[in-house]
Amino acid sequence: MENYLLILIATVFVNNIVMSKILGLCPFLGVSRKLETAIGMGAATTFVLTLGSGASSLIDTYLLGQDLAYLRTLSFIVVIAGIVGFTEMFIKKTSPVLFRVLGIYLPLITTNCAVLGIPLLNVQEQHNFVESLFYGLGGSLGFTLVLVLFAAMRERLEAADVPKPFKGISIAMVTAGLMSLAFMGFAGLIK
Amino acid sequence: MTRKLYAFNGGIHPEGHKDVSNAAPIRSMPLLARYVVPLRQHIGSPARALVQAGDTVLRGQRIAAAEGYVSTAVHAPTSGRVTAVELHPVPHPSGLYDVCVVIESDGLDQGLEFQPLDWKALEPSALRNRLRDAGLAGLGGAVFPSYIKLNPGAARGLDTLILNGAECEPWITCDDRLMRERAGEILQGVAVMRHMLGAREVLIGIEDNKPEAIAALRAAVVAGEAEIVTVPTVYPGGAGKQLTYTLTGRENPAGARSTDIGVQVFNVGTAHALYRAVVLGEPMLSRIVTVTGHVARPGNFEVLLGTPVRDLIQAAGGALAGASGEVVGGPMMGFDLMDLAAPITKAVNCIIVKDRAHFPARAPALPCIRCGACARACPAKLQPFELYWFSRAKDFGKTQAYKLFDCIECGCCSFVCPSHIPLVDFYRFAKSEIWEREQHKSGADQARARHEFKEFRLEREKQEKAEKLAAKVAENRARDASADPQAQAKHALVQAAMERAKKAREGIAPLNTEHLPAAAEKEIAEIEARRHATEAANQETAGRE
Amino acid sequence: MLSAILVMAGIGLVLGGVLGWAAIKYRVADDPLVEKIDAILPQTQCGQCGFPGCKPYAEAIAKGDADINLCPPGGEEGAKRLAELLGVEAKPLGEGLEPKPKSVAVIDDQTCIGCTLCIQACPVDAIVGAAKQLHVIVASQCTGCELCLPPCPVDCIRMEVVKEDLASWKWRYPIHAMRRVA
Repeated sequence: MENYLLILIATVFVNNIVMSKILGLCPFLGVSRKLETAIGMGAATTFVLTLGSGASSLIDTYLLGQDLAYLRTLSFIVVIAGIVGFTEMFIKKTSPVLFRVLGIYLPLITTNCAVLGIPLLNVQEQHNFVESLFYGLGGSLGFTLVLVLFAAMRERLEAADVPKPFKGISIAMVTAGLMSLAFMGFAGLIK
Repeated sequence: MTRKLYAFNGGIHPEGHKDVSNAAPIRSMPLLARYVVPLRQHIGSPARALVQAGDTVLRGQRIAAAEGYVSTAVHAPTSGRVTAVELHPVPHPSGLYDVCVVIESDGLDQGLEFQPLDWKALEPSALRNRLRDAGLAGLGGAVFPSYIKLNPGAARGLDTLILNGAECEPWITCDDRLMRERAGEILQGVAVMRHMLGAREVLIGIEDNKPEAIAALRAAVVAGEAEIVTVPTVYPGGAGKQLTYTLTGRENPAGARSTDIGVQVFNVGTAHALYRAVVLGEPMLSRIVTVTGHVARPGNFEVLLGTPVRDLIQAAGGALAGASGEVVGGPMMGFDLMDLAAPITKAVNCIIVKDRAHFPARAPALPCIRCGACARACPAKLQPFELYWFSRAKDFGKTQAYKLFDCIECGCCSFVCPSHIPLVDFYRFAKSEIWEREQHKSGADQARARHEFKEFRLEREKQEKAEKLAAKVAENRARDASADPQAQAKHALVQAAMERAKKAREGIAPLNTEHLPAAAEKEIAEIEARRHATEAANQETAGRE
Repeated sequence: MLSAILVMAGIGLVLGGVLGWAAIKYRVADDPLVEKIDAILPQTQCGQCGFPGCKPYAEAIAKGDADINLCPPGGEEGAKRLAELLGVEAKPLGEGLEPKPKSVAVIDDQTCIGCTLCIQACPVDAIVGAAKQLHVIVASQCTGCELCLPPCPVDCIRMEVVKEDLASWKWRYPIHAMRRVA
């Protein structure tokens, strides 16, 4: 049990997928303009990533094994694409505005490096099924946390006196850099 | 008899300057030659004029009637002749003109006979209608039509009726003088209010910087009639919600009315006006106005509504040398007067003539340093700095999320801001933008509904036409098919009739030859006969050739 | 080799089944986004966007056939709000499209011949009148679309800019002197 808690804390704070692994930067900058959107994107990614992580783990253990290891990336992408397709339909039905706001970033979850990265890291770290689930959940919670924090900051930046050359994406990059520095403070929290 | 008082958040202690004007008794003004009475003296829709240029009016005559629910009447302050109903400067921060009735006084000041109202016997709604026609509006500054506030509504029986005698704005002393001099009349007005609202208790809150007023009311009050409560002097302790909290500990939930928490608040001036309207039967013709600041003889005046500000300042001895403009209302919430020709209305409680020593030019603003002084001072427990950021960035959705509309625009935040940022100006800007947007939205909704209905109507008409045409065609076909011989016979008949008609038309003689004398008829007949003969001869020759 | 093909085919089949089921289960009948876009549009029904009204324009935006910056009565503000709703970058109004001050049409009662052509043109039924009777425009309902101007045979309709009065007056954006520091 302690093991799972450690995985969660480690993935959310210490090895944050965006801030220290620098994965998933595309939605991080793309859908962080509004808080509501960021929360929606975070939820969608959490769903896809947790499910994808578990499913990939099962496929890797029971279907591929050592013989078909070369099919790993290929099959993972197919599985993730399937889950994203499902999520897309679900969101389109339940929240059309969120669907429209997420726009291209929703199908792009498929090619989100974080979403493919975590299942691959699972294999590399030799996680079992439950550990993979937690690893996926923690990773996506970390992603959501950072995305929401960043969106909240960007909303404030909209109302702030930003010098003209820094307006828009430039100040966002500066902010992201500062956030990354802050997250480095968690290094050494575990082990 | 001490009552537990509650201290609201924040507030400030600006210099009072009350002694400038509170020493002298209320003075009356000489009759002027000309009065300008605006039709929009209250919140809501402006009154509808009942007079036109050339009419003569008497003092107390209703010259404009309430229009719509949130509205109240307007009366002639003196007898005379209406010279115009036209646009005229009014006391408003915009400096825009508004419709006013201009009355040239005849110097006689003839009034109508005022009949006292039997308020204990009158039907409540009838009494309220009388008050609407008497032009009663709240004199504390918001000028909301009083008859609406005096409606107890469905929840019969109000917990607490609060009389607001706090007068927390610096410089203003009109309520102070009124309470000192007319305490008995105020209490008679309170009795009427209590009767109308069925209030269980009456509290009169007065700030402790007005000991004379407190003493006067204490002397006049009968035990059980009302409780005079001394409240600490802190700005804005006289704002309705803040005074309610101080006295009862009850807070208005965001966006709720005071009646939702069983409280109704009236200004002491309104109670006095109610006394006049009910006990004397006199409509609202005047109010007490403080004239203070840089004038020769500052003090309080009983001013007829419609008196130009210029004449009022003249009555106070005129502005002294070095005067730098006039403020309508107090220094915290008032605004600069644009035109001295603007008249005193029901909303104007004070005219301050400014000078550089007391009203220096505003220091240039510095950037916000996020010190949070404004949040500590805010009596509405808002976060003024957030509201400032979002108003400035025109992010109005966010300003509403931060409860912009619970801001009472008291000016505490601007007062304490070490960067001298005119915070309230930003809130006012954001509020009026939001209001405009709501208006546009409801306009757009109406336009959409009308457009959709028009399209629906056109479609329906088209369909109806098509159906009619189809029905007709079907009918014709059916007839043609079923009754062939009959239809043909009919057709032949119609043809024959048409032939006959054609012949008849050809046979008709030109109209101008009808009804001619017999000689002329004969002449024409001869000419016709000659022509027929030549025609016949011509035909013969033609036939031979 | 065969096992690899079987594995991939199996995964494909399972996922295909799930997606097919989801497509039926979460079918979206009509697009509620159109309503949301339509709510932002000013409803002048003026057709300056090139579509025959606000609703068709909203439908075109929802489908992605039209840009968000084609509505002059909505102005930059409207384009900005559409951009926010749709999560795209706001952009200035399209070329040749200028927002005009809010105005209403007024019929000159001396020249109107009562031809009813303007009544048929008005998209919001804001003109009242009958054949050979003087027509009157209900100012509070007029959206200022100017669609009644071209059909009038005697050019008796003119646009009047709505003047600011006490009821419509707004507090201005505060412009205050900022002290320069260093």
